[in-house]
Amino acid sequence: MSDYILEMQQITKEFPGVKALDNVNFQVRRGEIHCLIGENGAGKSTLMKVLSGVYPYGSYTGNIVYNGKVQQFKSIADSEGEGIAIIYQELALVPELSIYENIFFGHEIMKGRTIDWNETIVRAKESLEKVRLHVDPSMKVKNLGVGNQQLVEIAKALSKNVKLLILDEPTASLNEDDSENLLKLIKELKEQGVTCIMISHRLKEIIEIADTITVLRDGSTVCSMDAHKEKVTEADIIRHMVGREIEDIYPKRKKREFGETCLEIKNWTVEDPVKGKEILHDININVKKGEIVGIQGLMGAGRTEFAMSLFGNPTGYKITAGEVFLEGKKVSFKRPKDAIKKGIAYVSEDRKGNGLVLIQDIKYNISIANLEELQEGISLNENEEINIANSFKNSINIKAPSIMQKVVNLSGGNQQKVQLAKWMFVKPKVLILDEPTRGIDVGAKYEIYTLMNKLVEEGMSIIMISSELPEVLGMSDRLYVMSAGKIAGELTAEEADENKVMAMAVRS
Amino acid sequence: MEKTIQNKGPREGLGKEIAGLIKANIRDYMMYIALVVIMLFFTWRTGGSFIQARNLSNLINQAGYVAVLAIGMTLILILKHIDLSVGYVAGFCGAVAAILMTQSGVNEWVAIIVVLAVGLLIGLYQGLLVTRVGVPAFVTTLAGMFMFRGLLNLTLQKTGTIIVPNEKFNALSNGFIPDIPGLDSEFHVLTLLIGIAAVVLMIASQVKARKNKLKYNFEVTSAPVFVFGLIFVSAVIMSIIWVLASYSGLPWTAVIVGVVLLVYNHMLNRTRLGRYIYGIGGNDQAAELSGIDVKKVTLFAFCSMSLLAALAGILYTARLQSATPTAGNGFELDAIASSYIGGTAVSGGIGKVTNAIIGAFVIMSLTNGMNLMGVDVSYQYIVKGIIFIIAVAFDVRTRSKAR
Repeated sequence: MSDYILEMQQITKEFPGVKALDNVNFQVRRGEIHCLIGENGAGKSTLMKVLSGVYPYGSYTGNIVYNGKVQQFKSIADSEGEGIAIIYQELALVPELSIYENIFFGHEIMKGRTIDWNETIVRAKESLEKVRLHVDPSMKVKNLGVGNQQLVEIAKALSKNVKLLILDEPTASLNEDDSENLLKLIKELKEQGVTCIMISHRLKEIIEIADTITVLRDGSTVCSMDAHKEKVTEADIIRHMVGREIEDIYPKRKKREFGETCLEIKNWTVEDPVKGKEILHDININVKKGEIVGIQGLMGAGRTEFAMSLFGNPTGYKITAGEVFLEGKKVSFKRPKDAIKKGIAYVSEDRKGNGLVLIQDIKYNISIANLEELQEGISLNENEEINIANSFKNSINIKAPSIMQKVVNLSGGNQQKVQLAKWMFVKPKVLILDEPTRGIDVGAKYEIYTLMNKLVEEGMSIIMISSELPEVLGMSDRLYVMSAGKIAGELTAEEADENKVMAMAVRS
Repeated sequence: MEKTIQNKGPREGLGKEIAGLIKANIRDYMMYIALVVIMLFFTWRTGGSFIQARNLSNLINQAGYVAVLAIGMTLILILKHIDLSVGYVAGFCGAVAAILMTQSGVNEWVAIIVVLAVGLLIGLYQGLLVTRVGVPAFVTTLAGMFMFRGLLNLTLQKTGTIIVPNEKFNALSNGFIPDIPGLDSEFHVLTLLIGIAAVVLMIASQVKARKNKLKYNFEVTSAPVFVFGLIFVSAVIMSIIWVLASYSGLPWTAVIVGVVLLVYNHMLNRTRLGRYIYGIGGNDQAAELSGIDVKKVTLFAFCSMSLLAALAGILYTARLQSATPTAGNGFELDAIASSYIGGTAVSGGIGKVTNAIIGAFVIMSLTNGMNLMGVDVSYQYIVKGIIFIIAVAFDVRTRSKAR
């Protein structure tokens, strides 16, 4: 049983001013699924970068024993040569190229001096077969959904004869359905002899799939648990991750009466002019004052499109019908600016892509959406700005040396808190949160949920869009399920359970 | 990536602090060092004539139009756009000013206001193309480069080079501010007073900023380093003022550039518009979703750019005391290079107009010094190109390390 494919021994890796890994030992058995978890910044990604040669031999101390030999990887090419492949959260495909070109990108099949395209397509089909992706390999990658793109990445790894597959949060951007598919696939690969290391934040899927679970905290290994020998529960994992017990993942709110209807949307119908088809059909929803309303649905159900089209429509969809009523008054927004002025805020799902200005500091990012309030004569009141930023930093616990810290240097959870602070400063009536806890560790998630509770208790209304079913069920007072651009159903917190929601989500 | 936390102990040697400061701000310091080295080099090679009062006044007058363009260009570059048309817009606007004064017989003030309005209209046209039609700025302004070159030639077709006999107009780039009447001093007293006022204001604002930072417990440089920095900058300002005062005083060009610089510096650092510009340059989608009207701000930047190009055209025409068909040739290159040498990030989102001015002086010192040395113009271009690429390569490297 002690046939280890990989042993990382006493790995220490330092960056200027911080010890990212401190004597980490990490052992992976041949043919197992090994889950690696820990809070953001615990050192998971760093450890995997050491393994794959992104941080070359010599820049760390300790040994990597792979297949019984001490390895000295100097680059990703070296580790790939030994059959190690990493699939990152941010996919590394070329969107404008076809699937088969992508699969063999960088290791093309040659016939003499030219590429053998026929052979390439045949082999690509075989690889796609292995990952159960039944699409035309000449399709451009950009036309695939995120879930299928991930499968193409895995197919690419398989085509290189991978022995050890590393997946960095593979399900973070997938909906429940695609996640399930992926997990099934990983199990199949295991049967074919591929060892798999999976980094994930989703405890449920870890327990479902893992043979061994290793927990990292603050750059050290906390424990390694064999799921076949002992029964591992979510609570166990959380305890090891955060070093303390978290009583309940979803903090309780006081039961209370909701106020009047704050936001009402009627007959909302939207067309995508690029694709030339209707993407949202006749949506009717309402949100009461002080209520958290969840919007759940599978990927592609149109949740983000709905939020964006409502929030001043910056992507330029065509709103063919529909009315918005805010506190009983009819409103319409030409651009996000109008929506913000009227009291609607949208916290983007993609905080790096379109949420934050990463090269600017915390203070800048907090104040940017509400500079009107800081206007004083012909200047901005910078002292007031510092006071406000500092008070947010303290009240919602943004962990950083000071508010002058560039946002790019913060962890995912703290970046998300900066985003929330920005919109809290605007003091909207309705806050739309799109995937508020994506890629965030358990501790920070809890803080964000607590914050949401506080906001609604103060009278704000929240629309929470999420693909994590437990989160929607745990946090919402009422929820809508979207499916294929329609509202498939509405449930109160008491009525809702996973089965009901999923049944609605797949009905289209 | 794990974040790197700077642990600065409270008790650290002065030497260590200075070394740390240099390391952290090498990008900014490098620009000043380069300027000083270039100036020393030319002083040496020209047997001292480079640093003489006469030549320094000359240098300021020469650098004026590039400095004005570099200020506008910095905004455009922060926004990740580019404006290639500024050279011929300046040339064309200068020619319009000359025509107005010589042929239409209007006075200099009317001519200046009309020309600035023409600049604004040109900016409006290019800005609308970029923001509303969606033509990339590179293409829009490349087309502008063609068109305004043609318009410049057309304007001067009948007359050829126009000599501008208007003394008040020409004083903009050749004249000096008057001294306080009734004083008969060897020195230019008003210039000295302006210099002293500038130093006092600078020190006051720095001390205030430092106090403020201390109030909020932000990191500040230690007192000796702070005082030394103040003394050093004051000394530099006062020695330049001294040299100018011992000659004819402060050139009008310096006053104009100074005013433009103050306005733009305030705008970028202390107003909403400035914040919006940095935000759009840093992440335009995030800016849009934060309620910023990206198109409006971009349109403003293009209008401001062409307005400043018109001002540069006025300064250049005044400098030559004439409008020529070759005016404006290559201005855009000097302006873009100045802004990049001044540390505007190639990837957008970062840049300062104060530093762009330093960049303009680096570029114009090179031109001026090499002219004094009698270096062939072909070599001048090559040297400028080399300095430019070194500056940007250095910038890119230091930034990637800072991440």
